[in-house]
Parts: sequence; C-alpha cells; structure tokens
Amino acid sequence: MRSPDYGIIDHHKDIHSKQVSLDLFRRICLSRYFDYGSISAVQKQILNYMVYLSLGQESISAAVSKATKGFMVFSQHRCHDIYLSYGGDPKKMRDELVGLPTGTSRGRAGSNCIQCHTSQATMFGHHGLIAENVPQAVGAALGSGKPVVAFFGDGSAEEDYVFASLGFAVTHKLPVLFIVSDNNLSILTKIDVRRSWKITDVAKGFGMPAVDITDDPWSVYAKTLALKKTLPALMNIYTCRKNWHVGIGVDGPPEWDRFALVKDKLKELGYLKYALKIESKIKNDIQRLWDKKLLQKRLNQFRASIS
Amino acid sequence: MGQKTVAETIKSISRQHLLKRNGLLMGQAISAVGWVNNTVPNCKGIVELPMTDVAGAGFAVGAALVGRRPIFVIRFQDFLILNGSPLIFFAAKTKELHGKNAPVFVRAIAAEKYGPVHSGVLHSIFMHFPGFLVCSPMTPNEYKEAYRVYMENDDPMIVSEHRTSYKSTREFKDVTEKNADITLYAISAARFEVEKASELLLKDGIRCNIVHIMWLKPFELSNRILNPLKESSRGLVIDAGHEIAGASQSIAYTLNQATGCQVTALGLMDKTKCLCPPFENATPDAKRIYKKVRDIFK
Repeated sequence: MRSPDYGIIDHHKDIHSKQVSLDLFRRICLSRYFDYGSISAVQKQILNYMVYLSLGQESISAAVSKATKGFMVFSQHRCHDIYLSYGGDPKKMRDELVGLPTGTSRGRAGSNCIQCHTSQATMFGHHGLIAENVPQAVGAALGSGKPVVAFFGDGSAEEDYVFASLGFAVTHKLPVLFIVSDNNLSILTKIDVRRSWKITDVAKGFGMPAVDITDDPWSVYAKTLALKKTLPALMNIYTCRKNWHVGIGVDGPPEWDRFALVKDKLKELGYLKYALKIESKIKNDIQRLWDKKLLQKRLNQFRASIS
Repeated sequence: MGQKTVAETIKSISRQHLLKRNGLLMGQAISAVGWVNNTVPNCKGIVELPMTDVAGAGFAVGAALVGRRPIFVIRFQDFLILNGSPLIFFAAKTKELHGKNAPVFVRAIAAEKYGPVHSGVLHSIFMHFPGFLVCSPMTPNEYKEAYRVYMENDDPMIVSEHRTSYKSTREFKDVTEKNADITLYAISAARFEVEKASELLLKDGIRCNIVHIMWLKPFELSNRILNPLKESSRGLVIDAGHEIAGASQSIAYTLNQATGCQVTALGLMDKTKCLCPPFENATPDAKRIYKKVRDIFK
C-alpha cells in the first residue's frame, strides 16, 4: 500500500491548474531551501543546536496549508515546513534556530517548538512530548469552535492520548483535521515492527472519515478540500523523510523523492519553466537569509550584549 | 443565612465562572455521582470527559490556549501523575517559552481513607516544576482568594483541595503565643489537626505559635511567616503529603535558610496510604504532631 502513487489523483482541471500548481510548488521550495540553508548553517557552525528537518516531507504541509487557510494549526517537532507553508516569516524562524531574541520564541525554544501568532496564521508548536499537540488541538477546537489542523507523525499516532483525542473529537463533532505524516519511521524503527494496525482503521472505527494517500501535493490538496467539509477527519499521508530524525545526517536515499516527482509532473503539465523561476528566486532569497557573515555578526552582537 | 461551606463556595465560584465569564469546567464523572461532593453546579459549560486522563488534561490545555480558562477537576489528586504531563510540559512552560498563556485552574482533590491511589496529596511535585502557582485553600475565603489570584494572573494553578475541608465553614487564624517554644506551620488537611496538637502540647508546658499556610508557590517570606519563627526559635512544618522531598521538607529548609532557626518537617511516612487501619498512613493528626514536637524537645 505504501507507495509514491497510492491514491493519487491523476488529473483534475482545477487541482492541476497553473495557479494551484505553482503555489504548491512555491510553498514546497520555500520549506526545502530553508532546510538546505539550515544544513549549511549547521555545517558552518553558525547553528549549534538540534534541528528537525522537514526535507522530503514538505509537500504535505504545502498542500494542506493551501486548503486550510484560517485554521488554527497544532504542529509537532518536524515543523519548519508547516510554519513556512502557513505564512510564517523565514527570518524569525532562522533567528529562533540560532538562538536570537528576534526568533519565533525569542530564541528560547528552538527547531522543534516553532510557533506563529500573527494575523496571517496561528500555529501552536510542540514542546517535546510526542503527539502532545493532538489533544491540545482538540481542546482548542472545543474551546473556540474554530477549525483546527493537527499535524503529527506515524509514531505519534500510536500514543494513547491520540486515540482518546480522535474519540473525543468525534463525540463532540469538533472541527479538527488530523494529518499524519507517515514516513514509516519512529526514529529508525519501521511501522511493521511497531504495530499491526493502521491509524486510518482506528479513526474509521471511531466513526471518522479517514483516508490513506501518498504525498503527491495535488492529491493531498484535493483530498483536504473534500475532507474539511466533514470534520473531524483524518488523512494518513505516506511520505519520506530525507534526513535523520534529528540532525542533518542521512542514512540512505529515501524510498521516493517527491520533489523530483513534482517537477516531473510540472513538466508534464507545461509549467516547469515558471516553476524553475520560482525555485531560483527562492533559492537565492534563502541563501541570503543564511548568509554566514551577516548572521555571525548578529550572533556576536547578541552574545556580547548578554555577557 | 450562615457562612457558606468550602464546598458551597467552590460551587458558587464555579457557577459564576461558567455563566458570567465564559469559562469551562472539565473533568471525569462530574455530574453523575454527587456532582463531586456537591462542588460542581448543574449549569452550562460543563464538559464531561471520558476516562482519558492524559488526553483530558491536553483538552484543558488546548481550551486554555484559546482563552476559555478551564476549571479542570481531578477527583483524586493521585491521578495528577496521569493528568500531569500536558500541564507540566506545556501549560506551565508556554508562557516562558513563547509568551502564550495556558491558565488552567486545576482542582486537584485529595482525601483520606480512599486507598492507595485515591488518597494522595501531590502538590509537592508541582511546586518543583517552574510555571505553576500552587495553593492549598482550606477555607471559604481562602478559596475565593485562590480564584481571584487565578483570574488576575495567566499561569496555570494547582489548587490542592482536601475533602476534609468541604463541610467546614471556619476561617483559620494564626495563633501567636507569648514566649512560644515552637511555631507550627500547617498545610492542607493538617491545618484541622494543628490546634488540637497545640492544646495537647500546652498541657506539657510547650507553647506553640500556629501559622496556617495556603500559598505553597510562590512561598513568600513575609513577616507573618517569619516573625513567629524568629521569636520561638524552632519550627515544625506539617503537611498532608509525603515528607521525603515534599512540601514540608522544602518549606522547612526555606524557613531555616531565611532565619537560621531549626525547622523540622512532618508529613506522611514513607509508606503507601493503605485502605484499612492501622496502615492508612493518614495526614499527621494531633497525636503524631504532639509526638513529633515532644521528640524535638527531648
């Protein structure tokens, strides 16, 4: 079942339009190149703290965010892409990662705790207990009556309080969209070693609409548009993590490279030349964002001010 | 109309909170069995949670994040070990980390004689973690003060209640004795025993000051707290929770550091609170307090 084309929507005139396609691609590129910048910063020793990279999984948040504008967001430790896809300022996230007081949490929380509270987006981050964001998302929906999206992984989906959260959301008919980024890894342990059941079956057992789908952004976008009409609902999205659970290391090539597949699709649709322009601009902007000299100067100034 | 009991006060405050302040009240088995010793009103805003301790606390934290100031009822304080993680690791940290508040009013209810996992007093654990206000109100006015402070602040608050107090209408007053030999500091249900202990000790010629402690964190070293100790030179802190690494030892240490006076701690023995006598390991009663003070003066 887990494959790069499971549940894929081959072609739909609205979903595969130029506007939608390029917007999805822009969001993917922003997350992707930001994380490449993070890797470079680690290698150059400007960034000396733990990083939880979204590389390989960015198409999920790109697609879901486009379909859920205005939702409150509760994310987990792998959240750089989520923050950027919902309109977060890359400068503030960069500052958070390196520990500057101009960061999203004033440099106190770091890569796995990114928050955003602006007129554009409300995103509550994570502190450290896996899936802690899921019951909080449910509580926020209960308390506010507003729609909420909770992002978590296939490992988090196994936490007992996630089950309780799904059940509660169904019982109280809460407007929560549960998004499982299923990269098949809990750190390094695969799903078939950990469990024999599927989270979509659990969600369906509670009476919630639930689908498995691959991380093709057009398909995820289409499915999100459909599911958000019948909340609470759950999507388990097959994806591939490119780097380690934490850090910039790589164990081996992922099962599939969604970014390359997206570019293939863009070429097929006739949008590739526009996409390449977008990619080039974003790449340059992000390179400037992670400029070592500039960042080192700011870090030195900050450290001098607190010493 | 006479003075309200603690239970009636809690019920009245809760009703106002739900009806006038758009609050929520969340907990398990809230309405079916006695409405939690008649402390919960029958009105809108009550969310009956399923038996989901960790998730339930997470729901309360989520509701707090969006401004609903939930009262989160934990019918037996021991369950805080399950409920605790969203409170400790999210609610209590979010303000310092992100400037976002999650003020949950945690009604953590303790009791005696309910057995090994229904009789505990765990406020000490929450004194340990940054980000909480911790109090143990035992009177109607103290409960009103706890709620007022909660509403004026934006921190999660652990309200260490005790069923012993629910039917009480009395307000405790500190006692200052001329030429006192020792100052007794009492917390939680121990406050209902400390005066009896003082009377027993007086028969032996030992005069006691009594200081009632409601606020555990912050624990302010005011003149009310320190002066009786400075005058008596010795102190004993008595708590309804376990002594080792507990509130009694922590406060005894703090008082000692502030005054240089010898201050001892008395709490539950390092044993399980069993259901039946003589193994109940109950809150130190007047006899145990008396014996401890006699030991101090040996």
